[in-house]
Amino acid sequence: MYPADFHYTKEHEWVRAAGDGTATVGITFHAQKELGDIVYVDLPKTGTAVQAGKTMGSVESVKAVSDVYAPVSGEVVEINEMLAQAPEKLNEDPHGEAWLVKIRLSAPEEIQKLLSAEDYQSYVGAE
Amino acid sequence: MIRKVRSHITQNEPLLFETSSPGKIGYQLPELDVPAVDPAAVLGKENTRGEIEDFPEISEVEAIRHFTRLSTYNYAIDLGLYPLGSCTMKYNPRVNEAVARIDGLAWAHPYQPESLSQGALEIMATLEAALAEITGMDAVTLQPAAGAHGEFTGIQLVRALHQARGNARKKVLIPDSAHGTNPATARMAGYEVENIPSNERGMIDIEALDRLCTEDTAALMITNPNTVGVFEENITRIAEILHAKGAMVYMDGANMNALVGIARPGDFGVDVMHLNLHKTFSTPHGGGGPGSGAVAVKSHLEPFLPTPRLRRAENAWTWDYDRPSSIGKVRAFYGNFGVLVRALAYIMAHGGAGLRNATMDALLNANYIRAKLEPHFEHPHRAPTMHECVFSDEIQARHGVRTGDIAKRLIDYGFHPYTVSFPLIVHGAMMIEPTETEGKRELDLFIDAMISIAAEAVENPELVLKAPHSTRTSRVDEVMAARKPIVRWKPGAEAPGAND
Repeated sequence: MYPADFHYTKEHEWVRAAGDGTATVGITFHAQKELGDIVYVDLPKTGTAVQAGKTMGSVESVKAVSDVYAPVSGEVVEINEMLAQAPEKLNEDPHGEAWLVKIRLSAPEEIQKLLSAEDYQSYVGAE
Repeated sequence: MIRKVRSHITQNEPLLFETSSPGKIGYQLPELDVPAVDPAAVLGKENTRGEIEDFPEISEVEAIRHFTRLSTYNYAIDLGLYPLGSCTMKYNPRVNEAVARIDGLAWAHPYQPESLSQGALEIMATLEAALAEITGMDAVTLQPAAGAHGEFTGIQLVRALHQARGNARKKVLIPDSAHGTNPATARMAGYEVENIPSNERGMIDIEALDRLCTEDTAALMITNPNTVGVFEENITRIAEILHAKGAMVYMDGANMNALVGIARPGDFGVDVMHLNLHKTFSTPHGGGGPGSGAVAVKSHLEPFLPTPRLRRAENAWTWDYDRPSSIGKVRAFYGNFGVLVRALAYIMAHGGAGLRNATMDALLNANYIRAKLEPHFEHPHRAPTMHECVFSDEIQARHGVRTGDIAKRLIDYGFHPYTVSFPLIVHGAMMIEPTETEGKRELDLFIDAMISIAAEAVENPELVLKAPHSTRTSRVDEVMAARKPIVRWKPGAEAPGAND
């Protein structure tokens, strides 16, 4: 369910380091399932500086609006433009096609402090 | 499809556009007794339209029937209990309407000279004084048009105070149980928002607050009682923590119906707050207003209040625009005056003792509902209930029935639903606020309906999951409505997602 090469937060974001100083960020399968049908995704602009643990955008479903927290610090270098037209992709493929942003990491070591796939699985299993 | 099978409440009412028949008219005009002019020549061609495409042509009785039928699709406090939590859907006493319709008030114009507006000004001054007394604050502005506008005004006042002291500061602290308008307000006023977690009793975690509150904190925005319907019993300690860092305590007055006549925010450390006059002090609301978000402040924030301020001069009321520290106007003229008149009528008709009684009745009603429903629905917070109670759908969810399903089934029982899925910190929240309006008989009808639905959720979950069964349309496609909204009717287009 949860890819082993991702890292996860307790706020249900995932990060995948690309190995070139950037990382891709998204929300987890569990997050989209809890939110239900997603109807709107609000992402930061390219160039925005984000800080680990702080709000960087929001995801809106029929049920609720939920903040998305930056799992790592850095600068947003790319956003997933597709989500503006097709927010439902977040329900369909949250770990793949429907990534949210790519971030140039300012503190790459932050990733190691996040949860492993195994830890995250037991965290959401227990929640 | 046969369109007319039952009484009108369940019948599909077409749009006026769809009933249009060329040449039909519902009016008669007298013959023109002045020379005809060409509008295009007088107004300029770009300002006139030759024809309005597909403008409906119908008879008078068709128009009357259309709107009368639509009005009966509505649910209103005049039809029964309106348990929408956090909204304080109390009854608007008819005397309010009688007073607001007095000719001199209904026809007053804001450009009328002050000498001809003394009565209106006196009403506003009296209301300001009454609200200051009820809240224990020093000054009140009646300008803001509704609650969120009041919040924004209040936080602007906080910013102005900090700026005057040399540093506007950076962040506003907001509990995770807050109304969504609180963080929106703080962001709009240019502040960062920091969340404070709640403890297991639904109250602010004091240790977390102590840790997060710094010299960068402009204010805490707190709702008391909070959205779980619980009084923040550490409120004076909370205010001390904020004040020690030079930060302000903003109170969202959404739940003031639990406090009027019993406790005053000004006495427990609040610096600035708004009141929803359209909630706490009756006046009709819902359907988009108008509302009134009066803001009350302690004296240190008074210099920043919006202009103009009412001032007593030489035995007459006058508007004072000479307010150099003011944040300026926040609304055209002086607020939603008709709402102000109704709020004052409500306050004066009750008197101090009456307002206190109303509050006690609101608390009694909420506690009665809690006691009666607790055996049937999960009540997650073990703290005393104030004016509203929040259950969770945990027991029913085991049978696949969620808070939204129970709410829709309530419609079949003839009630407006409670507030669904709010506050967010309660999973599957069901938020019920009866207000003091209801007597025991109506409360028992509601309680019986809820208990009956709780039984249905176990015995026949499908019945609840497919509700409502008695309405014109049942469940609509909320997802498509949000993802691909169709906001304009076009000729020949079929309504999408309608459940016929």
